[in-house]
Amino acid sequence: MAIDTIVTECRDLVARPLGAVADAWKLAHPGGRAVASYPVWAPAEIIHAAGMLPLALLGGGTSVELTHADARFQSFVCSIAKSTLELGFQGLVAGVDGFVFSNICDVARNLGSIYKRNFPEAFVEYLHLPQNSTSSAVAAYTASELRRLAAAIEDQFGLAVTETALAKSIETYNGLRARLRALYAFRIAEPEKLSTTELYLVLRAAALAPPEETIVRLDALLAALPARGGRRQDRMRVVLEGLFCEQPPLGLLEVLEEAGCYVVEDDLLLGWRWFVDDVPGDGDPFARLGAAYVDRAVPSSTRHEGRQHRADGLVEKVRRAGADAVIFAPAKFCEPALFDYVLMKQGLERAGIPHMLVEFEEKMWTFERTRNEIETFVESMLFE
Amino acid sequence: MATAVTERAYQGRVHEQSRRLMAAWMGELGRAEVEGVPTGALMISGNCVELLRACHVLPMFPEVTALQNAIRHKSLPLILKAEQAGYSSDNCAYVKADIGLFLDGGMGPGTPIPFPTITVCNYVGCNVYVKWFEHLADISGSKLFMLDVPFARTPEPSGADVQYVVAQLRELIALCESVTGRKFDIDELREILAHAARAEEGYARCKHLTKHHPAPFDAYFDSINMMGPINVLRGTPGAAEFFDDAVVEFEGLVAQGVGPLSQERFRTVIEGPPPYPYYKNFRNLFTKWGAVAVQSTYSTVGGIWEWGFRHDPKRPLESIAEQMLRENLTNRSIVDRYQQIRRYVEEWQADALVIHSIKSCRLFSAGQGDMRDYFTRELGVSTLLVESDLEDPRYYAEAQIKNRIDAFFEALEHKKLVAKAAAAH
Repeated sequence: MAIDTIVTECRDLVARPLGAVADAWKLAHPGGRAVASYPVWAPAEIIHAAGMLPLALLGGGTSVELTHADARFQSFVCSIAKSTLELGFQGLVAGVDGFVFSNICDVARNLGSIYKRNFPEAFVEYLHLPQNSTSSAVAAYTASELRRLAAAIEDQFGLAVTETALAKSIETYNGLRARLRALYAFRIAEPEKLSTTELYLVLRAAALAPPEETIVRLDALLAALPARGGRRQDRMRVVLEGLFCEQPPLGLLEVLEEAGCYVVEDDLLLGWRWFVDDVPGDGDPFARLGAAYVDRAVPSSTRHEGRQHRADGLVEKVRRAGADAVIFAPAKFCEPALFDYVLMKQGLERAGIPHMLVEFEEKMWTFERTRNEIETFVESMLFE
Repeated sequence: MATAVTERAYQGRVHEQSRRLMAAWMGELGRAEVEGVPTGALMISGNCVELLRACHVLPMFPEVTALQNAIRHKSLPLILKAEQAGYSSDNCAYVKADIGLFLDGGMGPGTPIPFPTITVCNYVGCNVYVKWFEHLADISGSKLFMLDVPFARTPEPSGADVQYVVAQLRELIALCESVTGRKFDIDELREILAHAARAEEGYARCKHLTKHHPAPFDAYFDSINMMGPINVLRGTPGAAEFFDDAVVEFEGLVAQGVGPLSQERFRTVIEGPPPYPYYKNFRNLFTKWGAVAVQSTYSTVGGIWEWGFRHDPKRPLESIAEQMLRENLTNRSIVDRYQQIRRYVEEWQADALVIHSIKSCRLFSAGQGDMRDYFTRELGVSTLLVESDLEDPRYYAEAQIKNRIDAFFEALEHKKLVAKAAAAH
């Protein structure tokens, strides 16, 4: 399949309301259920092992006007929380049977319980993902939390999450994540052949479709990309950091590249490529997945890693990707990203890596100021 | 309006003793570096201060430092210093005031606020705690211990939750032993927990006394005098005695029929932390209307004692874990908080709910519009929502807040008169 056709397919899928995506899948799978997870990470494997469709709950972007949620959440709360609630009030997630939230930030935690109160007919589960990465007890705790989610799904939907099915789902998602890692590696090597907008659309579509279907699409893309034409331009190679939760408008990603950057690494939809390598081993799949969360997770602003300074993961990412600079792009009001910005920028400065900051909101629709700032940054780097 | 309402002039023994006890603790902290006493930074919410005491690590609380700087009108320059260093205007101002204090030379070696020897992040609900203590450990070079407390997402903590926290408490003990060179003594912890339970009992009794009409103290503005001893000094004999005395004093006021104001015209429950930079101004806006807070959620951030939980010396680590997991406001969901407030409104016979929404603390505030919706539409409780901040004076707009408070109590007064007239017929 041609690359452009794949990207167009993904673009179409991403443009559809989440409820419609769920409904379409359920129409083809009578009796099926769909469960959507709020960023950043949730064990899609467990949802999949129950025979359900795992989806990403990513807010309303530019597609939904706030008519109810603004009265529930104050002006200083991030857009994704409000638009996610609005999706519920406007019935735009009606086809989704359940929602999973976790302790990524204070707003997300409150959103989870407010969702449950306002939409009592939906299955809403809250996961406490561990912040202690070094305790001798953390792996067992994490496994118990994953088992609790599985039991809640079983209770709610009358579906079984067997260890055999979960092991198979882990294998499936290992395959999916391996292909996403391959795509990211390809972009580092040949950024002129795969734009960040394209990669983002493919990635976001992966969070809206069964993994088996996505794997077929990614294989076709990986097979076609090397032969794709593209002339390397004199652009600055950058790492994009801080977009792990609220989704940037496509226009922002396009402007970054038009303004003279190759984005060679990013933290977009980080939870869907959460592990640095495969979830390994044999045996109890809950224990394996829990241990992988503790020991094989990518650096993230929503997880404390006691074995590494906050800036180290980003500096490593810059070096691994051969990047020249970092563009921090936290969502407006995103406390995890805004706090990490300080320690990360200090780390980058110690390592002599240039950086700049541009905030965004999912509803942002004019990008000229951002374009101007990035062009100035790029020019100052390229012509210094 | 009726006769002008005034505040009781004499603040009482509770106020004086609280100041004395807290000043003594601050003095110990100021001398810790010179005397070689190990210190441990902790957060207020659902803390394990008893464990640090049993390990002979002097507890210190960056939140207390931040609020003290705010109440003394010193927070803004510190916040600006932090913002100059890269912190966002949208970050929690408590953290910025703390980091700003360091940048301003007011924290660290040779200052009254020493660097902690260990930084114990009791992650009890608030995600900003994780960030704050990462940053504090970064600037101080102290060892960071992340004490991860699973959020209350089931009716009761599971066995796995308790085991996980207890395992971490044991690891914290080992860290403290390595820092102090002293062997941990479980019997010493039991003794400290017995003092803690006595203080908890006293605090709970005080809080139940505000069910009387008039309430003997304001459970929001006056509770600050008790929050220091219960959250910071819990586990000391001094804190236990403080609450014994407080009960006697407040029982005396109840017997005399005396409250904090010359008239108690409205009974409120207040949700959310106070605006520390304008603490007195904010209080005056309620005093004028004879509005007394008979309960508050802020007074339960460290622990909810009025429903009966007490630390149990017979199950020392388990009971510390259970308190951190469930028996405090911050580790419960905002919707659980609705039920806590509902009980306050009903059992303390409040006329209204006042929500003070602060920008800094999203744990408290994110979604308080939904809370207002629940109380006004579903329960029919008169509810006022005002916005400012607990630390950053730039967000306190007195004229706007005053207008809203005045309009609210005017309407409430009218509602009371109509109800009284209807009852008379």
